[in-house]
Amino acid sequence: MKSVETKYMEAREGLLRSLHNMDRRTFFKVSAAAAGAALAKGLLPPHTFQLVRVAQAAPARAPFSFAYISDSHLYEKKVNERFIRAILRAIDDVNALDPQPDFVLFGGDLAQLGQAAELELGAQLLKEVKAPVRMMVGEHDWFLDMGEKWRALFGPDFYSFDHKGVHFVVVNSINEKDFWTARKMTPMERMNTVAGLDNPIQSRFEVGEAGRAWLKADLAKVSHDTPLVVFSHSPLYKYYENWNFWTADADEVQALLKPFDHVTVIHGHTHQLLTHRIDNIHFHGMLSTAWPWPYAPEGLPPLTVQMNRADPFSQHDGCGDGRVVVHPEGVVDKIYSLWERNPVTVKHTYLASGGQKDRPAATTLPTY
Amino acid sequence: MTRAMWHAIRWTAPGAVVLALATDVASQTHELPAPQQGGVVVGLCDGETALEVPGVTAEQMTGEQAKRVADRLMAEWRRKNPDANWQDAVAQGRPPNVPQDTGAPGAVQAPKVVEGEAGAPVVRPPVQQGTYSNYTKRDELIWAEETKKFVVEGDAVFHDAKKLGSTIAMSCDMCHPNAANTHPETYPKYQVQLQRVALLRDMVNWCLENPLKAPAMADDDPRLRAIEAYIMAQRKGVPMEYGKH
Repeated sequence: MKSVETKYMEAREGLLRSLHNMDRRTFFKVSAAAAGAALAKGLLPPHTFQLVRVAQAAPARAPFSFAYISDSHLYEKKVNERFIRAILRAIDDVNALDPQPDFVLFGGDLAQLGQAAELELGAQLLKEVKAPVRMMVGEHDWFLDMGEKWRALFGPDFYSFDHKGVHFVVVNSINEKDFWTARKMTPMERMNTVAGLDNPIQSRFEVGEAGRAWLKADLAKVSHDTPLVVFSHSPLYKYYENWNFWTADADEVQALLKPFDHVTVIHGHTHQLLTHRIDNIHFHGMLSTAWPWPYAPEGLPPLTVQMNRADPFSQHDGCGDGRVVVHPEGVVDKIYSLWERNPVTVKHTYLASGGQKDRPAATTLPTY
Repeated sequence: MTRAMWHAIRWTAPGAVVLALATDVASQTHELPAPQQGGVVVGLCDGETALEVPGVTAEQMTGEQAKRVADRLMAEWRRKNPDANWQDAVAQGRPPNVPQDTGAPGAVQAPKVVEGEAGAPVVRPPVQQGTYSNYTKRDELIWAEETKKFVVEGDAVFHDAKKLGSTIAMSCDMCHPNAANTHPETYPKYQVQLQRVALLRDMVNWCLENPLKAPAMADDDPRLRAIEAYIMAQRKGVPMEYGKH
């Protein structure tokens, strides 16, 4: 048991430490909160620092990190164990991180063909992750039952949360205009069509009108100096249409993100090192645990330093997981934890300088 | 009538048709009389014979009418050449339509006068003639269609785990969308991991046996041939660069 005096001194020291770490803008917020605390002192012991602490909790001074696992494309165990072994390797990776990440993002395409058994298997495997898991949906999870099972397991496909002063938004960017009804496709045929990356019958990905309306409403509550990190399965820009390395309404979505000082978009689907910047928005791809995609024959964002092409004789080469370090000012460093290779870090300074500073190591084996 | 002969029918001038055998060049100087009955004057490849077919125009001639014209010309030629060693070809399916095209290599017999951009006549020079070269754009279309069918079959196999024989539901396109990163132009090359020189098909079979967990395909397996056709078709225009790493 600590004495009242010890508790008081600890609280006081905590406040002074946090004041020391505070920037000017945060200081004003704390001052306002302190005034609020003074007004409310009739309800609280005069010596408490509780309200001040709550107000200060929003903008963090120290960088924090989260990890990601993405694009695991699980089949049921009886069909294919290869991808199960791969996601387990990623789970081991993130569980071994020290310090632990604040949370782990799963970047979509948990299942290969949207089967309930595949999604349930994935949900079960992800329970092994020690840190809290945030889920995002991919097209392989969605197009058998249009997300019914996924939502039942993991919740809404659009949501946002605040963490250490950063506003995080998860969007479903893999909606497609109806190509199946006119063709009288069964749900399984629809799923198989979308599961083929190069299948031209399907429509292009989009956040969609309803999704954009949700995003607009969500962002309306956030001040423009709040760092914004957006998670989308497909890249929220136009890279290569034929493979849906592409979001058809990317321009409209970017317009919603434009007013913010610092925006980072972290996306899955492309299974490769991918770096892009459009004005205030920094984009980073995620690695897959299942297999790497080749770079598309055209449209590669100019800031991207390709990863060496994968060794086909190694199941894990070119795959992996990764981390994102969020700095207090709202910019991020993206770490690609490639299996069987050195990790590659794409620093915010590389993007901010337009590729002039901190360029990642060059590839020696580009895509053919 | 053989197909080659059908292809040898050429429009030479409005209202006139020349039936030419591929090896015959006489028609290059064959002057045809003007039509007297409002029909079409056709010339035979002997460079002498011409006859008018009333009731048709060159622009509107149907395949059936064209066949009648050709039959009359042939009958005339055979009447004039009773000793020729002529063998009738067995009819093969539906007779093709009269080809509209005159631009195929080796097909145009006579210098052709066409309207230029400013209305001035433009003379196209004659081109070399030969049996082998005597095919038309229509032939090329047929051949392209046949080749495409082969590629489409390869496309289907490439994207189908069952057809590939995968025991773990994997197909080629899962790592190679549109056959990307299959680089057929780099084979043969020393495949470091195999420690020997490999052809494309060796790598296809390696992928079958390892990531796909499927049995390897024999060299003459129609599926393997089709996969090769599909992969090659995706790399059209890429320079061959065997041995590239």
